Amino acid sequence: MHQFTIAEIIRGLKNKQFSSMEITRHLLTRITQLDSHYNSFITVTAEQALAEAASADKRLAEGGAPSMCGVPIAHKDIFCTTAVRTSCGSKMLDNFVPPYDASVVASFKHCGSISLGKTNMDEFAMGSSNENSHYGATINPWGNNRVPGGSSGGSAAAVAARLLPGATASDTGGSIRQPAALTNTTGLKPTYGRISRWGMVAFASSLDQAGPLARNAEDVAHMLSVMAGADVRDSTCLNRPSQDYTLGLNKSVNGLKIGVPKEYFSAGLHPEIAVRIEAALKEYVKLGAELIEISLPHTAMAVPTYYVIASAEASTNLSRFDGVRYGYRCNNPTNLRDLYKRSRGEAFGEEVKRRILIGSYVLSAGYYDAYYKKAQQVRRLIKQDFVDAFKRVDVIMGPTTPTPAFALGEKNADPIAMYLQDIYTIAASLSGLPGMSVPCGLVNGLPVGLQIIGNYLDEARMLNLAHQYQQVTDWHQAEAATPAPAA
Amino acid sequence: MTVNRQTIEELAELAKISISETTIDGVSGHLDDMLQLLGQLQTINTEGIQPMAHPLETQQLLRSDIVAEPNNREALLATAPLTAEGLFLVPKVID
Repeated sequence: MHQFTIAEIIRGLKNKQFSSMEITRHLLTRITQLDSHYNSFITVTAEQALAEAASADKRLAEGGAPSMCGVPIAHKDIFCTTAVRTSCGSKMLDNFVPPYDASVVASFKHCGSISLGKTNMDEFAMGSSNENSHYGATINPWGNNRVPGGSSGGSAAAVAARLLPGATASDTGGSIRQPAALTNTTGLKPTYGRISRWGMVAFASSLDQAGPLARNAEDVAHMLSVMAGADVRDSTCLNRPSQDYTLGLNKSVNGLKIGVPKEYFSAGLHPEIAVRIEAALKEYVKLGAELIEISLPHTAMAVPTYYVIASAEASTNLSRFDGVRYGYRCNNPTNLRDLYKRSRGEAFGEEVKRRILIGSYVLSAGYYDAYYKKAQQVRRLIKQDFVDAFKRVDVIMGPTTPTPAFALGEKNADPIAMYLQDIYTIAASLSGLPGMSVPCGLVNGLPVGLQIIGNYLDEARMLNLAHQYQQVTDWHQAEAATPAPAA
Repeated sequence: MTVNRQTIEELAELAKISISETTIDGVSGHLDDMLQLLGQLQTINTEGIQPMAHPLETQQLLRSDIVAEPNNREALLATAPLTAEGLFLVPKVID
């Protein structure tokens, strides 16, 4: 049963081949048996999931239920969930039980989807390996000593291990796409503002965007249809209703123009990944698309621009964690300043502290123009590269990551080497453009992701392209070896 | 440029984060490396380029100025580490 995709579960529930209760129980058992190995969950909400499954089965029996009714998923632990601890991977929020649901969570509840729990992540979504979690690293099902990527590594590993068919995730600089690439899953970061950020713990507000992570493009389309849409509680959310993203999946891609940025194939890209990406592009040519070489000249500036802007916004956003209103509070503070400094010093992990300090530096008097304003100007140049490219092409394709999954601990000593993992994903985030990662092969037994970058609000076309590729290839069906259940 | 101990202490004060004595050298080394990375931005000519603060250049949604959210005082106070009589508690700030 755990082999079913979301689309298969929807059909199975509709045809009464199995009930939501049956599949929910099956997946919960599987999580109990296997997740001590993967550590992809921070919290499993078995009791609540079974209660939700019972109501979903009732709704399904009555008829007219939304398509995602009864489908089990899980939420990245960055989304607030009523009465369920929302840690954001941090000691700071280890005891935080929100009194409300994030809009994304509420949308799935409204449809009758089942939440199996909350998935592991890098602390406050800062990381590319999931090793920065207060709850321990998540293991990539594709290799016991390999990272699943981050920061949505728990969601990605859980899908790859077939613990669930899909999970919510979030992406600030690549946190959906990079883990999807490293775990052979399909993940989409929509256009900035397509999905409400209300109730999603803020990291960098001008970049953060929620999105779905699942086995294939069709399943991602099912999830996105639930997640997208306007929300009066998030004033940066686009004022557009959701749409059924599954409707356009079968369109022909004949005649579409695919831009291939030459900068995405330069030094630093693993040569075997380049081979897999080129093979994927050839599949698109066979489907009738045309490849056009393009240039995104400011590509090399994406990483430094991002680390100024994201760190500045993080230092501001994370100032809310002060030991007063929620979260961790140090013991016996001598005064208010001591309460702030020690609560934050004791509860934030090293990477989070580093980014807050960098953010404070670039925003401080005397450095603001040289770093923050400069980065905002370069951000516009990066966006303009894409605007120019989209005058000539319909979509852009290239690698999602420069390397396959690296070993646990490999990049811990050198945070900047870790930052370069996101070299191909960050530019779309800075520009607010939608980006997606689709499985396109293996290198030494480890998955490779093809990145699709679309124009603003062109998610339907990206999903169509990904789905058509998945009709003629079977990389997305390749499965990681399942470990022996823990004794 | 080298980030010295005094700079780290000033930043830690600005950010209200205590930095332990054992990690201060590591933090300073990382900040050095980061400033080198971020310094690459100086190679780009940005004269006359309008800073881009946000990816959306549309108008933000506004809602009517009416009370819509219920008063969740008890629920919100329940997440706080220390409260009394409906208030958040902090160490004494006025003598």
